Amino acid sequence: EVMLIPTRPRLFSVCRNEDLKEMLESSKESLKLEAMKRIVGLIAKGKNASELFPAVVKNVASKNIELKKLVYVYLVRYAEEQQDLALLSISTFQRALKDPNQFIRASALRVLSSIRVPIIVPIMMLAIKEAAADLSPYVRKTSAHAIQKLFSLDADQKEQLIEVIEKLLKDKSTLVAGSVVMAFEEVCPDRIDLIHKNYRKLCNLLVDVEEWGQVVIISMLTRYARTQFTSPWKEVRGQSGEVMKAFYESDSEEKKGHTEEKPYIMDPDHRLLLRNTKPLLQSRNTAVVMSVAQLYWHLAPKHEVSIVTKSLVRLLRSHREVQYIVLQNIATMSIQRKGMFEPFMKSFYVRSTDATHIKTLKLEILTNLANEANISTILREFQTYVKSQDKAFAAATIQAIGRCATNISEVTDTCLNGLVLLLSNRDETVVAESVVVIKKLLQTQPTQHSEIIKHMAKLFDNITVPMARASILWLIGEYCERVPKIAPDVLRKMAKSFTAEEDIVKLQTVNLAAKLYLTNSKQTKLLTQYILNLGKYDQNYDIRDRTRFIRQLIVPSEKSGALNKYARRILLAPKPAPVLESSFKDRDRFQLGTLSHSLNSKATGYQELSDWPAVAPDQSVRNVEIIEASGSDSEEESSESEKTSSDSGKSSSGSEQSSSESELEQKKKKKTKKVPQKKSKPTAADRYSEIPAVCWSLRVTTSSFGPVKTYELLHHMTGKGLAAKYHFPRQPCLYQPSMVAVQVILSNSSDHSLEEIHIGDRSPASLSIHCFNTIERLEPEASVTVSMGIDFSDSTQAANFQLCTKEDQFSVSIQPAVGELLMPSSMTEQDFCKEQGKLQGMNETSATITMETANASSQAISKQVLSVANVGVVSSSQNNFSRFAGRTVSSGALVLVSLELKESSTALLTINTEKTVMASMLLRDIKQALTQA
Amino acid sequence: MIHSLFLINHSGDIFLEKHWKSVISRSVCDYFFEVKEKAVDPENVPPVLQTPHHYLISIYRGKLFFLSVVQTEVPPLFVIEFLHRVADTFQDYFGECSEGVIKDNLVTVYELLEEMLDNGFPLATESNVLKEMIRPPNILRSVVNTLTGGSNVGDTLPTGQLSNVPWRRAGVKYTNNEAYFDVVEEIDAILDKSGTTVFAEIQGVVEACVRLTGMPDLTLSFMNPRLLDDMSFHPCVRFKRWESERVLSFIPPDGNFTLMTYHVSSQNLVAIPVYVKQNINFFETGSCGRLDITIGPKQNMGKTVEGLMVTIHMPKVVLSANLTATQGNYTYDLTTKVLVWDIGKLNPQKLPNLRGSLSMQAGAPKPEENPSLNIDLKIQQLAISGLKVSRLDMYGEKYKPFKGVKYLTKAGKFQRLSLSFL
Repeated sequence: EVMLIPTRPRLFSVCRNEDLKEMLESSKESLKLEAMKRIVGLIAKGKNASELFPAVVKNVASKNIELKKLVYVYLVRYAEEQQDLALLSISTFQRALKDPNQFIRASALRVLSSIRVPIIVPIMMLAIKEAAADLSPYVRKTSAHAIQKLFSLDADQKEQLIEVIEKLLKDKSTLVAGSVVMAFEEVCPDRIDLIHKNYRKLCNLLVDVEEWGQVVIISMLTRYARTQFTSPWKEVRGQSGEVMKAFYESDSEEKKGHTEEKPYIMDPDHRLLLRNTKPLLQSRNTAVVMSVAQLYWHLAPKHEVSIVTKSLVRLLRSHREVQYIVLQNIATMSIQRKGMFEPFMKSFYVRSTDATHIKTLKLEILTNLANEANISTILREFQTYVKSQDKAFAAATIQAIGRCATNISEVTDTCLNGLVLLLSNRDETVVAESVVVIKKLLQTQPTQHSEIIKHMAKLFDNITVPMARASILWLIGEYCERVPKIAPDVLRKMAKSFTAEEDIVKLQTVNLAAKLYLTNSKQTKLLTQYILNLGKYDQNYDIRDRTRFIRQLIVPSEKSGALNKYARRILLAPKPAPVLESSFKDRDRFQLGTLSHSLNSKATGYQELSDWPAVAPDQSVRNVEIIEASGSDSEEESSESEKTSSDSGKSSSGSEQSSSESELEQKKKKKTKKVPQKKSKPTAADRYSEIPAVCWSLRVTTSSFGPVKTYELLHHMTGKGLAAKYHFPRQPCLYQPSMVAVQVILSNSSDHSLEEIHIGDRSPASLSIHCFNTIERLEPEASVTVSMGIDFSDSTQAANFQLCTKEDQFSVSIQPAVGELLMPSSMTEQDFCKEQGKLQGMNETSATITMETANASSQAISKQVLSVANVGVVSSSQNNFSRFAGRTVSSGALVLVSLELKESSTALLTINTEKTVMASMLLRDIKQALTQA
Repeated sequence: MIHSLFLINHSGDIFLEKHWKSVISRSVCDYFFEVKEKAVDPENVPPVLQTPHHYLISIYRGKLFFLSVVQTEVPPLFVIEFLHRVADTFQDYFGECSEGVIKDNLVTVYELLEEMLDNGFPLATESNVLKEMIRPPNILRSVVNTLTGGSNVGDTLPTGQLSNVPWRRAGVKYTNNEAYFDVVEEIDAILDKSGTTVFAEIQGVVEACVRLTGMPDLTLSFMNPRLLDDMSFHPCVRFKRWESERVLSFIPPDGNFTLMTYHVSSQNLVAIPVYVKQNINFFETGSCGRLDITIGPKQNMGKTVEGLMVTIHMPKVVLSANLTATQGNYTYDLTTKVLVWDIGKLNPQKLPNLRGSLSMQAGAPKPEENPSLNIDLKIQQLAISGLKVSRLDMYGEKYKPFKGVKYLTKAGKFQRLSLSFL
């Protein structure tokens, strides 16, 4: 049958293919499409359709998108086999790479890079480089994928590709991050130095990256952290139990001295990683949860690791395959840290519907979790498992009981008795397994158990499983002096059945005979010789070998050497008891969650997790210059967030140095309705709650926060205890893109609680406001921060509305400064000049100003300009030019600010925008900011 | 990462293959078949296998194996999760995930696989994005397509991939704006012979069906969110707001999706809606046994228990059952030895009872252990944990949507276990 299959369909497909060829060559689009569909069907079924290549490739430039896509599918599948013909299509892709539509560019690159034809490597390289600089993040993402494809096609391109990776790693788009890290992992995982500058950005972007990218980034950052930070584990050292000590032994001596010298302080970057990955434990994606769990396992201080437990246990309710992997990882974890999973013990109870491998893993974990306190519960559970219909599982349970018995001395006797009872079980496998386990247990404490050995000797005739028979023989031989009457009798029986036994049983019979010969030669000499003779002619060479060896050893003769004297000491030496331990004991040499861990062998491409460095490498390598940020341009991020914005009157969201501090901060935040955003750079977790509802065509930079000014909305005297302040958080408005986001802080300074705080009538009536939710109740002394959106229609006209409580109404108004009506817009210097060129004449307003000398540096200028206007800094190649770009929030009109420094603190300030009224107001504000200190 | 994918049916035929890098011969599956053969039950095939040059990671869904081939280190859960996502996508597109349906839609399936992975790395896995690129089949269109040569590939290109809301497509329009939420809870419990709870927990899931125009921003709040012990969210949920306010704030994907899953574990909180009085005896002599089961309502919060069904896996020696049911029907499958008693609605006035004799193989020893009972049930309009949605608010759009919440309680692996001691 196997021979027939390839020939018959082939004959058939030849005629069919002719007909497909005709269809492809027809002028009708629908026929071509139908043909391509059938061809893709052939490919899907694994049939060969390569001979159609010439006919198919002609359609590569088709206008019909579906036809084109199907041709692409075909091309990628067969190009490798038909390289020359495939080259015909290349020019089509090269053209498409220049298409104005980003999706066409991306798909052209996808296909071009998937064509595994070595001759086009230079073309691919060029295309990748161009795409990496594309304006569309989607195209850049595709280029990151293409890097890996090119690398697998031609590894010589490595150096050039690393350059592209380096560039893409700097990319701020969440779309690109996962893909470029993937490329990094595949092409140059050892170039850790490329990560330094991007480390904080990756940490901060993480929650917003798509799920798959998160997994890749987290796993890379785990490796990175293990090379850059010092171990957070040593502090716990003193208090930890024995189990943990064993674990620490690996990370050795030099730390001891180190600990005494100075207390451990966690690197803020280390903390940043832990903090930003934690929310992802709530991901629906099981791979993400697992990757965070392994990150905590490998990087977090010991007392923090247990926060992952609940999430891992949750994964056990997912698909069978997910359970399998998660249980494997828990098995490894539970050896070192019983405490983590003990409260969830019942989640590891075996269900009758579990698959065999799931059952075995659960058993493994339950055994690992057993301790003096819970052992009786576990043993009771095990007793039901022993009765399971699945006999292999029952046998595994008996093994597990044996392990519990050796590990917990209190229950050894109970277990042993239980196992002895199982010897009378009806099922052979159960009996056999019990014998084997009893044998191991007896070895650990042989003194008081001659009764059990006798009992087993009696059962011997009924037991047929070879391993069990062999075990009993070994036991009798080893402890023959304790059962002096029974042992020779068993040997007698064995002599009778020797030839019919299995090999392992024969070997143990020879052993028994030898031991008896040494202790009781009077009764057993003849029997032993008989058995040795049988063994001498056995078919199995192991047995012949063993027999010869034993004979030489025990039977004195002329030839036998000096060893003879020591025979007794050799054969009846006290033997160490076998250690019954988990099969997952050594798995921790692999990073958790990896394929290697799952297989318990090193998979191709596995990256070793390094030990913590004794001394942390230079921390400053991760410092980044932030171009957009105001004022503190060159300072490192962490110190930046330590700064408090002085005029806001509230502390900013805290230093990143200690966990306790930031936790406190979090608690504070809980009180407020909307998280107040005062950081100079928002962390990813904050950004998570701030997803703008609309996609902007231009990339919007959200990070240009100067010091935030707070304005009074309602004084508590006028508001009968209700006070309100507001500020502009300078973020895209959550509710509508045309609205300006306003945060209002409401506080109650009266002595009674205020109820139903909401927004009432507004004027002008057409004013579009997105109100905050009614606040049901505000207790005395409490305050709450709420977000509103107001569409000012690009005018500085005040928004008037009523702020109402249950009893009262207060008229209030928000008058925006013109600079708050803008959104920063990022563009290159080149684009800036181009746009500026379009906004000449009427649209240009300018003034010469004399600046305060302190403001003359470009950094100071940025700081001042950003303090009055929400615009973005355009990086400038000329020292004497500062440029800023923004768009008006409502209509999206461009607003370009440029400042040309002249001699002696004078400068030419120019504003280009079609909103001329705004321009003059903005000019006034900026001028004022720059001329005063 | 993922090199190739093979779809294999129950009888071991490879009916679809897709390669994202160079072609790998399907003979690589032979290693898998070998293990499958040994495992007997497909559920017992380990999901991760090693062959000399490749690693095979597979899932078993809808009587199909999704077998992926990888060549280098990769987190196995990454692949497993992705394969399940593929199966979910098929389910979403074709209503089921079976060999027949995949074969019928081979081209669409292939187009989907092409979009879902690029060079083995997931590219577009969000249903909203995929549906913009490849339209799900429907009968009318497929007829029109054959006549006119139309296509099932979208001619407009997706916007979702580019926006900050990658799970939602832009320009959604409905004449009727509706948002429905189903709170479905499953009780998983093990009871011992006396009816004491050995283990009990509630698995809950909030399924959403949202058909709203534009870019609505929704906030769903619960009366008693503190009940929830552990949860996982769709990526659209703003984690921060849940942390601080215990409300679900999100811009929803368009259509059906799972908003969140949760877990309620505290044992005393888990109400067991029915009680079971059971008496199964096997006699030492005469090769027969007796069975007597009665079911009654317990903590059902005044709601009707429906879809009641009892399943018992009898010991192998039980040849036949001669029983009478006061309500519903029973069947005994002679080959699988499964007794199923389908009761239906539980009437508290007249409790259903099943009793009669079991006949056993002559001469066979009496079974060691009494079989366990598995109970299935459904309670409409009740979330057994007591979880209640208090309100749904919408921001960002001006129209008034229709909102609805439904509750349902089901039995999970609800089983009654008879324990006996060694």
